[in-house]
Amino acid sequence: MKNIDSYTHTRGESIYLDDVPLTQGTLFGAIFGSPAAHGKIKKLDLSAAMASEGVVRIFTWKDIPGVNQIGGIVPDEPLFAEDIVDFNGMPVAFVVATSVEHAQAAIKKIIIEIDPLTVVTDPRVARQNNSLIVPPRTFRLGDSDAAFKDCVHVVEGIAETNGQEHLYIETQGAYALPQEHGAIKVISSTQGPTAVQRHMAKVLGVPMHQLEIDVTRLGGGFGGKEDQATSWAIFCALAAYHLKKPVKYSLHRMEDMRMTGKRNPYSSDFRIGLDAELNILAYEATFHQNAGAAADLSPAVLERTLFHCTNSYFIPNVTATAYSCRTNLPPNTAFRGFGGPQGMFVIEAAIAKAAEKIGVSAFEIQQKNLIKSGDEFPYGQLAVSEALPCWNRSLSLFDHAKKKKEIEKFNAENILYKKGMSMMPICFGISFTKILMNQARALVHVYMDGSVNVSTGAVEMGQGVNTKMLQVASTIFSIDPAKVKMNSTSTFRVANTSPSAASATADLNGKAVQIACNNILDRMKTVAADILKCSATEVSIKNEIVHVNDAATEISWDFLVLESYLRRISLSESGHYATPDIHFDASKEKGHPFAYHVYGTAITEVTVDCLRGTYKIDAVNVVHDFGTTMNALIDRGQIEGGIVQGIGWMTMEEIVYDEAGRLRSNTLSTYKVPDIYSVPQMLEIDFLETKNDNLAIFRSKAVGEPPLMYGIGTFFALRNAVKAFNPKSSIGFSAPMTPEKVLMGLYDK
Amino acid sequence: MIKFILNDVEIKTDLKPGMLLLDLIRYNQQLTGTKIGCREGDCGACTVLVGEIKNGHLEYSTATSCLMAIGNACGKHIVTIEGINIDGLNAIQEAFAKEGATQCGFCTPGFIVSLAGFSLDKSTPTYERSIDAMNGNICRCTGYKSIERAAKNFTEILGQRSTQEPVEFAVDNRIIPAYFLKIKERLLKLNGQDTQSATAGNKFLGGGTDLYVQQHDTMPGEAIGFLFDKTELKGINQYDDVCEIGGAATVADIAVSPVFQKYFPALKEYIELVSSTQIRNMATVAGNFTNASPIGDLTIIFLALDAKLTLNDGAQKRTISLRSFYKGYKQLDKKADEFIEKISFVLPAETDRFNFEKVSKRTHLDIASVNSAIKISMEGNVVSSASISAGGVGPIPAWLSNGSAFLTGKEITPENIEELLKIVQSEISPISDARGSEAYKRLLLSQLIKAHFIKSFPALPIQNLLHG
Ligand SMILES: Cc1cc2nc3c(=O)[nH]c(=O)nc-3n(C[C@H](O)[C@H](O)[C@H](O)COP(=O)(O)OP(=O)(O)OC[C@H]3O[C@@H](n4cnc5c(N)ncnc54)[C@H](O)[C@@H]3O)c2cc1C
Ligand code: FES
Ligand code: FES
Repeated sequence: MKNIDSYTHTRGESIYLDDVPLTQGTLFGAIFGSPAAHGKIKKLDLSAAMASEGVVRIFTWKDIPGVNQIGGIVPDEPLFAEDIVDFNGMPVAFVVATSVEHAQAAIKKIIIEIDPLTVVTDPRVARQNNSLIVPPRTFRLGDSDAAFKDCVHVVEGIAETNGQEHLYIETQGAYALPQEHGAIKVISSTQGPTAVQRHMAKVLGVPMHQLEIDVTRLGGGFGGKEDQATSWAIFCALAAYHLKKPVKYSLHRMEDMRMTGKRNPYSSDFRIGLDAELNILAYEATFHQNAGAAADLSPAVLERTLFHCTNSYFIPNVTATAYSCRTNLPPNTAFRGFGGPQGMFVIEAAIAKAAEKIGVSAFEIQQKNLIKSGDEFPYGQLAVSEALPCWNRSLSLFDHAKKKKEIEKFNAENILYKKGMSMMPICFGISFTKILMNQARALVHVYMDGSVNVSTGAVEMGQGVNTKMLQVASTIFSIDPAKVKMNSTSTFRVANTSPSAASATADLNGKAVQIACNNILDRMKTVAADILKCSATEVSIKNEIVHVNDAATEISWDFLVLESYLRRISLSESGHYATPDIHFDASKEKGHPFAYHVYGTAITEVTVDCLRGTYKIDAVNVVHDFGTTMNALIDRGQIEGGIVQGIGWMTMEEIVYDEAGRLRSNTLSTYKVPDIYSVPQMLEIDFLETKNDNLAIFRSKAVGEPPLMYGIGTFFALRNAVKAFNPKSSIGFSAPMTPEKVLMGLYDK
Repeated sequence: MIKFILNDVEIKTDLKPGMLLLDLIRYNQQLTGTKIGCREGDCGACTVLVGEIKNGHLEYSTATSCLMAIGNACGKHIVTIEGINIDGLNAIQEAFAKEGATQCGFCTPGFIVSLAGFSLDKSTPTYERSIDAMNGNICRCTGYKSIERAAKNFTEILGQRSTQEPVEFAVDNRIIPAYFLKIKERLLKLNGQDTQSATAGNKFLGGGTDLYVQQHDTMPGEAIGFLFDKTELKGINQYDDVCEIGGAATVADIAVSPVFQKYFPALKEYIELVSSTQIRNMATVAGNFTNASPIGDLTIIFLALDAKLTLNDGAQKRTISLRSFYKGYKQLDKKADEFIEKISFVLPAETDRFNFEKVSKRTHLDIASVNSAIKISMEGNVVSSASISAGGVGPIPAWLSNGSAFLTGKEITPENIEELLKIVQSEISPISDARGSEAYKRLLLSQLIKAHFIKSFPALPIQNLLHG
């Protein structure tokens, strides 16, 4: 089934935040962000800005009726700076004016003086200063200290991954509209409507029931609008609260890039030990996460790094410790993969380095250590593994052995160009790692004319979740999809929602829709049974026709709906779903946190231009474990998009902060994401249908985040190509592999 | 008063001619299908079609409306996504929907408009061209593969066009609405009138692809001297061995110029490295020179070609060498009231070799880390004259005078190239920035100069050069 929005999307008729028709009297806001990354505010002079044309009012922390705090996991993030600023771009004042231009002009007239304090941008320095967001955490399996003594090969090193700008093409923004009785409706470009509502209530000092957060869709999120959409919505609501006027703020790209957090950069140490047969016996990793100036979601990201620190491998002795380090960067945050990719990169680097030292290929070590069903993850859950089926199928389907020979031959024959190849198996756990978040609700109305209206807590941001929700409803009812309409996501229709994140949105909300639809259906079946004088268990609906014991009757869906209504039977239902069987004990760091795992293997081939240091990605071929896909078109799109985003992170996307904590890559001209020419020439996806039971909606496994990690293979393929040209190259494990790093690696002496 | 046709409506407005077309479209005309992703030409979400009568034909190209002044739209047909919608999905939209080439949808109208531009282009519609048409559009969701598939499907439809006029074919085949058939007539009528508001100023504006990135806040209020549509500044002509380029000629004009295609066989490769389809349609060569970026691609090419500029202050003209145009970082030998009327250079002779190299973080639609051009004239085995330029290695676009002088009289050997590189390294002063470290830029320039020789002299022993 096509994406239900494809009609309006392609015609430019889909409505995003900045497209909402303006209510008369709407005012426009803009944030004045700190020009310094760390310091004490000595003076803030708003007088010239206040006098600037069109300015209505300028808000600071002093105007907050409730509390000046928006920290989600840790209350360490003020909405507005009070006396200390701790990142460049930290909101200091919110100017509201009669036009965007007037607001922007006034920003430039604000005078601030800041006594500088030391700026820290390096997470290792922050750790030395003991500047941590939360206490460090350690996952342990077996006894790595003891196991290292039995190892024939022990290798250690450093692996680093840079941040990543989300670069949703629609920037952040919100539009607050005051309602009667002090209520406020906020149209927000957020993945987490409830998070916005909850924090807004605290800042404004009003109950949550006064605040409707309404989201039609996002022009991309990728995690960047999970927590970081909150502040813009609150700024607008705060102004609307005081001024009793609609207030809108849609960020300029440069404001967005400068003021919002990104994927957490990591700098990690690893030590890996193997026996003579290449079994990995022991693994130690120490992760330094660059959290930025506030916790935001970093502690949860950190946790997922630990969950995925052994990727798709079974290692019997593991000690992995993670530090969330406070620096003077904008608070870093969720980004597709949520710490998982950062953890996986390190183990892949460790394997690559061990292979080099031992004189074998990484392939052999990877293959030897793939996790099998029944093996234990470092957090105690036992694997129900599809690692080997994916790996083996990729080898045969994509003719790995032949490709390898061809590449060796190519490299022997060519001087100017070298090819490289890599394998990237993945294993990604599905569920929010915070157990309580694994719940969802859906509200389903069947109208008396037979049409259906579905509301969930899921936010549509391109991942196609609304299409899947509609499929669930139309499948359960067995009615034409055209009879079902998806609603915008509103905190007034569905309350206490979890953000659309963790790849789990379709599972959680889909199951809630399923439950709601089934309950309505059960009641309707009772009505049908009464009309048809049979038992309700004999009734089913197929293609809008009521069947009894699989035989069609005269009764249609529409008729039965109306009849149910006439008999005063409720045709509305709120479904509630909470993932069963999952638990985790953080005091022991053990449990069963994931509903299931998603597996897959990617084979990546690249060609490096050894004269210029540039490169092409020839192919990324993937075997991916889908369970049983419920929408192949959407799922393929998620895999393709995820891979290319992962490749971007590993290759050209380079975030540059200077020592003063100022973002240098602050525009699209200095921060490059993949364009249409830079994607793999060939990208094949094999849908592996796996039979194991799983908790996914319709057994269609989550597909949002896992594919991003296939992109990591590109880093290692490029590195292999560099090594083919210059075997002595000391090229390390520092992503992204920009053309600069490639060229320096090629000619490293 | 500014007059142009927006979709099928005639716009007559007294709004400031420096106002951005994007703002007029979205906030004045409330056509919200045109999206904003960056306001600096780098994402393509704001792409529109620009139709104008050229040599009696109605021709369409694409542009990023976020960098286009409405003063540059006068007398033209501007088409947004709303203007290509028909009843139901058109053939491009159908292909996108079918292949799942739209996810969040935010980039999608831009892509659709770019492909509409492709469908109205008179060159043979190939798959490769369909991709090129979208090279200024960024999508963060799809990974482009579904977009490629959609483009492939759509190109097959266009493949049936044969000799039919693109506009007619597109109307007949459910690609664009029928009102397009009347546009030529309407534009001809409009062009008979005065369509530009009377403005004059020293703030010269070409395509705006630098000015509106750097000065977007102030531009609408400036006294702008609109040059882009001045007929006398258009055109690329050959007079004997000299080529003359008008002060408003665009990079796209160069790409299709028969003179350039003849004298620079690898022209397509060079042009592909410069910005995007949309930007090339707007970006002028003179604007590239005057912007004085140390890594302007056109500047580097024309430095190697030893171009001359004719400057005009409205009363007097003078001709100077491009090499002497740059006095310091963004400082020019140009008075405020002077504009570049014409650029001229001597076309390469049969025995001359020319090459241009550029490396950036992303190969396409990116500013160079380092770029370089070379022109070498040979007499037998010996270099009779050489001219090497390099960008990104100092405060101004550099003409490497010492390196160029060294080569003269030499044979092309690995040893001489090594010697040349040493000299070049001593006449550059790159700094570390977001586009690369100093060490990288130094190494990269040496590599690009080697690339010049490897490309121009295929007999050179590559092994020695690479590992030398
Ligand atoms: C997304 C994007 C990508 C880009 N990629 C590249 C790239 O790959 N390579 C590259 O080199 N550049 C690139 N650029 C920069 C830009 O496109 C070029 O420099 C372009 O040639 C500028 O021409 P313009 O007509 O748009 O200049 P404008 O912005 O109109 O003007 C630039 C300057 O030139 C002056 N000017 C314009 N015309 C004249 C004239 N005839 N006489 C005197 N002064 C004049 C203006 O007053 C102004 O100072 C890119 C820009 C964008 C937005
Ligand atoms: S808005 Fe990005 S190119 Fe115009
Ligand atoms: S579909 Fe989301 S940016 Fe292209």
